[in-house]
Amino acid sequence: MKLTVGHLYPDLLNLYGDRGNIQCLMKRCQWRGIESETIAFELGDTIDFSKLDLVLLGGGSDREQMLVNDELKKIQADFKAYVEDYGVVIAICGGYQLLGKYYKTDQGTIEGLNLVDLYTEQGSPRLIDNIVLKSDLFSMPIVGFENHGGRTYINDNRPLGKVLYGSGNDGESGYEGVIYKNVIGTYLHGPLLPKNPQITDYLITKALERKYGQEIHLDPLPDEEEKEANDYIYHRFVKE
Amino acid sequence: MKIRRLIAVWASKFAGYACKKMGKQGVTWAGKIALRIYPDILKEMAGEVKKGIFAVCGTNGKTTTNNLLCSVLEANGQKVICNHTGSNMLNGVAAAFVLGAKMNGRLDADYACIEIDEASTVRVFPHFQPDYMILTNLFRDQLDRYGEIDITMNLLARAMKMAPDMKLLVNGDDSLSTYLAVTGENAYRTYGIGEKVLEEDAKEIREGRFCKRCGAKMEYDFYHYSQLGAYHCPKCGFSRPKLDYNASHVDLTDGLAFDVGEFHVKANYRGFYNVYNILAVYGAADMAGASLENFNRVLGNYKPQFGRNELFQIQGTKVMLNLAKNPAGFNQNIGAVMTDREPKDIIILINDNAQDGTDVSWLWDVDFDRLENANARSITVSGIRCYDMRLRLKYVGIDSVAQPDMERAIQDKIQNGTGNLYLLVNYTGLYSTHTILKRMEEEKK
Repeated sequence: MKLTVGHLYPDLLNLYGDRGNIQCLMKRCQWRGIESETIAFELGDTIDFSKLDLVLLGGGSDREQMLVNDELKKIQADFKAYVEDYGVVIAICGGYQLLGKYYKTDQGTIEGLNLVDLYTEQGSPRLIDNIVLKSDLFSMPIVGFENHGGRTYINDNRPLGKVLYGSGNDGESGYEGVIYKNVIGTYLHGPLLPKNPQITDYLITKALERKYGQEIHLDPLPDEEEKEANDYIYHRFVKE
Repeated sequence: MKIRRLIAVWASKFAGYACKKMGKQGVTWAGKIALRIYPDILKEMAGEVKKGIFAVCGTNGKTTTNNLLCSVLEANGQKVICNHTGSNMLNGVAAAFVLGAKMNGRLDADYACIEIDEASTVRVFPHFQPDYMILTNLFRDQLDRYGEIDITMNLLARAMKMAPDMKLLVNGDDSLSTYLAVTGENAYRTYGIGEKVLEEDAKEIREGRFCKRCGAKMEYDFYHYSQLGAYHCPKCGFSRPKLDYNASHVDLTDGLAFDVGEFHVKANYRGFYNVYNILAVYGAADMAGASLENFNRVLGNYKPQFGRNELFQIQGTKVMLNLAKNPAGFNQNIGAVMTDREPKDIIILINDNAQDGTDVSWLWDVDFDRLENANARSITVSGIRCYDMRLRLKYVGIDSVAQPDMERAIQDKIQNGTGNLYLLVNYTGLYSTHTILKRMEEEKK
């Protein structure tokens, strides 16, 4: 089996240790004997979504996101078709905002990819802290760090999890992230995947199931260090 | 002399002294007290500096550059006010002046060398406008506190506008620092390393690869490290300027040596980045018309600040302490560890206190995979976020042991180690680690 990950514009969208998310996806495949490959796309590259099993859309500064914006318009139709066909996407921070219809800021409105029915508006103050979630999908809590000025509203979509500590999507609803088909959008970095192997394995499983048309059961990994790091954040911030 | 000023000086001197007795760094507290008692104290005292005030800004190299500049000026008989300990926000800056004043409240100083946290410049400059600003570089650092690097640049641009007569000395190899200079109104000069010196590490995360002016991808003739190098924008023509202070014939084989113009610099420093620090000091002294007569002698005598290649001998173990607080600094420190081919033990301490940055995701932007070839017999991770660090190393295939208690971690390696111990710690771990090492060194004598 082989997993191909498309990393969109890491030259521009590489804030907050995004590199760790790619390393994590690659390693967790390798450890199980699954072949894995990452294709890093640069501005101007042609992206053939039919060759990709998983797409990672990271975050950049507002300025860098503007630079990416024109490019995104060119790939929007193909990207949309990929998502509707249950293509797996993990979109983080700025990438999460780009999934939606728009991001309204003081300086103007950035048009989004319109892949998921959500939108973002700039708010104040910036929401900056460690964050802990509980998701219906996993028994293990989701931990990370959030740092965003935007407030994201996900309409009738399903959130990734309930906020146990931190602010989440809009600082008020008590929920964080979004799940739409096989797309996960979230503000969590830290980076997200190393401390949350349950999400990493979920993404790999969904991607392989879609590609090979069969149920996939990944071999369990020991994950001692992953659990320790996740546990530490959980117990430090969530009072039981 | 206003009586309030006198009271402010006494109160803050007392606070500083009391904290020192208790083993705490009381510098920022002393500054806070002085400003509270007499808000104009910083403005007044800065105005009494006779020849010039230098501000040193930039992500990395501030403390080394600032202290070296101070030493060079002092070696030529000048009296200098300096925030040696690196307390570089408003209170720390105020403390440098107030603690440098005499008991009668008077300030007798020819120069002031003040390192200022980039984001604090806009808070400090209403009190005084420096005559010179050195801008060492701009890298990713503490994203949670400052937000993105663009935000830091906007703050610096605002600060520069507040001090229109201030002359800039910027690192011309850094496109971000250079961009600030060329788009601003302040007079400026540049320094840099005109020739390729190191082999490149292509994997490093580089900030500012896209032209600040037009957004196109920059092209590089070569990189020194991070985004520092010889760059030009193929679209709008923005490029590395002609360097006013250009280091050439850089030799890193024994300490470091290089030429700047006719002048030959020889220093017992390690670490390529110190070429920049020394060059910046040379340029600043030259711009201010200060004598460079004793320059090499000062470099020879210079003792590194704590946490900058600081060496301890404890029970036959050589312990090297280094501060590493962001990806660019960490990568440089890993490079320095690797130049020692002897077997060694390494302890990495990562805290996430406010001054460190509460977000530790930057650990994933450091090239820890290089440690695989560092001839390390053991790697221990310590500090508040040791488990994050351990996980980070796992994903580059390096085993490590977690020991949250730094003193125990050090003791263990002194008793059961190779006799060659490297400590890489981030900001808030530095002072406590330094205290532990000093005590151990004393005890074992």
